[in-house]
Amino acid sequence: MIEALQFSFIQHALLAGILVSFASGIIGSLIVVNRMVFLAGGIAHASYGGIGVAVFLGLPIFLGASVFAVLAALFIASLTLHKRHRMDTFIGLIWAVGMAIGVVLIDLTPGYHVDMISYLFGSILAVSTQDLYFMSALLGVTVFVMVFWYREILAVSYDSQYASLRGINVALWYRVILILSALTVVVAIKVVGLILVIAMLTIPVYIAERLSNSLRSMMFLSGLIATLFTLLGLGVSYYYNITSGASIILISAMGLGLFLLLYPKLKANR
Amino acid sequence: MALLSIENLSFAYEKELVLEEVNLTVEPLDFLAIIGPNGGGKSTLLKLILGLQKPQKGTIHMEGEPRNALGYVPQNTNVNTDFPIKVIEVVLMGHTSKNPPLFGYGKSEIACAMGALEQVGMEAFAQSKIGSLSGGQRQRVMIARALCAHPQILILDEPTSSIDIEGQKEIYALLKTLNTYITIIVVSHDISIILEYANKVAHINKRLAFHDISNKKETFHTHNNEEHFCEIELLQMLGSSHCKSCEETTV
Repeated sequence: MIEALQFSFIQHALLAGILVSFASGIIGSLIVVNRMVFLAGGIAHASYGGIGVAVFLGLPIFLGASVFAVLAALFIASLTLHKRHRMDTFIGLIWAVGMAIGVVLIDLTPGYHVDMISYLFGSILAVSTQDLYFMSALLGVTVFVMVFWYREILAVSYDSQYASLRGINVALWYRVILILSALTVVVAIKVVGLILVIAMLTIPVYIAERLSNSLRSMMFLSGLIATLFTLLGLGVSYYYNITSGASIILISAMGLGLFLLLYPKLKANR
Repeated sequence: MALLSIENLSFAYEKELVLEEVNLTVEPLDFLAIIGPNGGGKSTLLKLILGLQKPQKGTIHMEGEPRNALGYVPQNTNVNTDFPIKVIEVVLMGHTSKNPPLFGYGKSEIACAMGALEQVGMEAFAQSKIGSLSGGQRQRVMIARALCAHPQILILDEPTSSIDIEGQKEIYALLKTLNTYITIIVVSHDISIILEYANKVAHINKRLAFHDISNKKETFHTHNNEEHFCEIELLQMLGSSHCKSCEETTV
């Protein structure tokens, strides 16, 4: 397996795996503590509409998907800030409509299309240098926001009503969290695909939540655990020649199963 | 001078009048209990005082902004107990520092938050995860969070609704101690306990009926049953004017 490391596409895959794991560890933590998992799923699927727009107009896929996902996120944010109880309806709506737009636009695009399945299940072995720049920039921005506005994000996530009483602009930070989530979902699509992205954003986070006593450590630990699962999953996918996205998710699920078995004993011994 | 004065306050959601011509004054070191039926306007009055809603008629006066003058303890503190957050971090949210450090928390802020935790007897738990505490302990932490900004008035919304009996007594004992140097407003259903501690009672059912009970309490402490006041005793104690005002508004 060591000889595989000399291929640049494998190097790119490993680097992308690490970058996306940390981004999804940080953002996944926010998504889980803010109970927005379903919302992230909706944005992931809606971003297929952006992929369709990009293919139709001949734009870079990442750009199309990002813009579309961010717009979907802002749309949901403006609708749900005041009608939180109807959130699930709106999410279901953008989930399906976004995908439908993508399917129709790809149908309408003449000529041979790139394998669309790769967007559904990921294509980590086809990560370009530009993709890596995009992923690094996103991780950079995410870390920057978390370092400088940790107080605000923590306050809004833990108790938004109290945060607004303390003069924090809850609507603004809610939007920031959603935009970062949308962008993270888009880069995670490259690694595991839009159907599986939810597992990537939640499984490592679930484990980290049990082991952390602060949001900060939960984010960092989620990133580490996600990296471990991603690299292991990649190895398994290479060795058995199976789809990498699915392999990463199944390794994560096994990791979670193992954790759930061992955690009660670990807790008892402490 | 009054810390908080409300004059001729009326408020309606859409067309339905929730509060009508409410007048209320809170003096320094008062322990005011706001009681009344569900839907009677307790929460609305609280939102208006906190500045979450704007009054349509009448005025609410206090020194400075609600954010600085009031320390608020919200009703349900048992939500989000899975959240990975330390007690000290929860308390630090109470700060309204104008110039917060570039990132993280300042030394003086942490010292201040520890001081607030000491006031509620929870300083030993500063580094514990909030979810590992009992309901009563968590409520103390929320009180510390409210104390953090050095408010003039501490406002608690149903502070004992999700706590066991033992924890409830401890919370009220704590409030009694705090009341020696801070003014307290408690919104509660729990009339029997509140009368042990409050010196003023405001009954709200659209209109407000105000009672100063600081002198009347003595007679009731001699009663056999210390644990509970039945409603009839309460009505006798608060006088017939109270009953009248209730009847008027329920029509």
